[in-house]
Amino acid sequence: MKLSNGKRLERLHDRYQNGDLSRRTFLTLTAAAAAAVGLDMPWMRQALAAVEEVRFDGWGGTVQDAIDKYAFKPYTAKTKIKVVQGTFGDEDEIITKIKTAKPGDYQVIHSSGVNYYIKYVNGGLTSEINEANIPNMANVLQPMIDPFRKLTPKLSAVPYDYGTTGIAYNTKVISPEEAKEKGAGLLLDKKYAGKVGGYQDMTTRVWYAALATGQDPNNLKDMDAIWAKVRETRDLAKKFWSSGAELMDLLSKGEIVVTDAWSGRVAALQDQGHPIGYLDPAGSYAWMEDMLILKGSPMAECEELINFMLDPATSIAVAEGQSYPPSLDPTKVKLTEKIEKLPAFDKTGTMKSLTFADPIYWATNEDAWTKQWNRISKGA
Amino acid sequence: MKRRWTLYDPRLAWLLVAPVLLLLIFFLVLPIAVMAAYTFFTFVTAGVETSALTTANWHEFLTDSYYAGFLLKTLRVGAITALLCGVLGYFPAYFIWATTFKHKWVLLLLLIVPFWISFTIRTFSWINILGEQGVINVALLKMGIISEPLPMLYNEGAVILGMLHFLLPYMILNVYVSLEGIDRTLISAARSMGCTSAQAFREVTLPLSLPGLAAGLLLCFVLAAGSYVTPQLLGSGRDALFGNLIYDTIMGELNWPMGATLSIVLFLVLGSFAAIYTRFMGMSQIVKGLGG
Repeated sequence: MKLSNGKRLERLHDRYQNGDLSRRTFLTLTAAAAAAVGLDMPWMRQALAAVEEVRFDGWGGTVQDAIDKYAFKPYTAKTKIKVVQGTFGDEDEIITKIKTAKPGDYQVIHSSGVNYYIKYVNGGLTSEINEANIPNMANVLQPMIDPFRKLTPKLSAVPYDYGTTGIAYNTKVISPEEAKEKGAGLLLDKKYAGKVGGYQDMTTRVWYAALATGQDPNNLKDMDAIWAKVRETRDLAKKFWSSGAELMDLLSKGEIVVTDAWSGRVAALQDQGHPIGYLDPAGSYAWMEDMLILKGSPMAECEELINFMLDPATSIAVAEGQSYPPSLDPTKVKLTEKIEKLPAFDKTGTMKSLTFADPIYWATNEDAWTKQWNRISKGA
Repeated sequence: MKRRWTLYDPRLAWLLVAPVLLLLIFFLVLPIAVMAAYTFFTFVTAGVETSALTTANWHEFLTDSYYAGFLLKTLRVGAITALLCGVLGYFPAYFIWATTFKHKWVLLLLLIVPFWISFTIRTFSWINILGEQGVINVALLKMGIISEPLPMLYNEGAVILGMLHFLLPYMILNVYVSLEGIDRTLISAARSMGCTSAQAFREVTLPLSLPGLAAGLLLCFVLAAGSYVTPQLLGSGRDALFGNLIYDTIMGELNWPMGATLSIVLFLVLGSFAAIYTRFMGMSQIVKGLGG
């Protein structure tokens, strides 16, 4: 996508108003752009078209490998714009880095849906997307876009994939029948004390405690019972993992035999031949991920990248590679058989079979619950 | 008439020290000052704070026993690690010093070799040694000595072991440098006056090598008590140390004001400990140990 000089000036103005540029820099660049319009010297065009790379930060591992192979490499081949990549194990970690960096140092984030979207918005870290520049958004599931739009009518992120955090178990130790019968209760089964794992994340821990106590995860009534269950799992757990790579390591090495786990990572383990089973118990924690554009990013290039990633051919290839269903609406885009067999896949396009966290409810309680979870995880 | 510069001119001394002083001010004093200021900021919500001044963070730290308990646990683990380093590190240092092996430099090189490998990778390697499918458990299971894998990983023992692995070279080098400073004729004199080897060691070598041991203990204690990666990788949540608490407060809760408060607390506690320790032991002795 080539930018006209007029559009470039608009962008500069937006960045200046967002506080990304100082007044002096804005005026200097405006003068340069104006000169380029008037004089149109070839060297000036070159100087202004300086975006040669876009920065992307994601979850690493098999997920990012798939994105790199099926989206970034073809994108670079097509546009000559390089995608410089970084990884994180925990999204709070990247938010801290973004806060301490200059606007524009970090640009596109593979973010964990609306729960985290609020954090970026509250922190004033986001940019507004021009949806007209991402025509492939027309194929994105509306039920995935709506929660974002509820928070900010003008979007800063585009949903990209979704999945569940279900129960993974070692089939050499736990039979599929036993797993089906006990469901989320496996995480509290004393028989597996010292061989239980779990994601070191407040939302997941509280969610599974809610299921164990028979409460609605989006409307918790008895927090004491929740924390008691969280402690119970903690006491049975060998290790709470903090990244997809660690989850795969613990499961594949047999250090743990049951854990809550990300569906895509389990699918990757199954592909590698490990004896790991997976099930989504009733009310299993469903989540979505999005491509979020940060303040100070080269918007046109970032939007072009996201549009490329949402192209059905690219999105399907990435989904198959990372083992998470894409955000494409299956009633509009023909998806492959492999995707239709992925855990959590919703063929109706309504997403009604999945239980997502209510972003407002969880955001309201996030600070207090995270603090309490951090204490419990350390033995309190 | 202008005074000419001399070799020991104080102005020259200041000029030579100035770059280091500036570096210290910009990269140590100033960041600590910023952190100290942050302790009085107001936390609004995850990732958002205001500069409205408050003592709420200090009040929470001083009134919540959770933090004090964590601090004591951290100091205890740091002390155990330092003492074990002292006991385990003295003998290799003594051996390297006393050996008549003509290529002594090879032994010293072996001490430094682990530093060529990333600290994180070295720590991760323990998972393959202590894990359920690690070398030790697999070997013991195959030999029929045990029927169930031993739980050696993700506990305090594993954390201390990981820190020993990381800190032992510091201790050995400190003690070795101190031993190297001993005039060997003193030992010969002791022996010629009727001391046995053990007596000569107890009366001459050990006391004269104490500055190195003391410096090593201080270094190992401060590094262990301030460590974060080892408990994160080799311990469970219960084995977290104060550094992990700071990390979780800043990176997990995105509560910078409280995280800054905890950081300043750890800095003050370890700084005070180092100051008292060096005062008690005698600064010159510690410096002698550190510098030979």
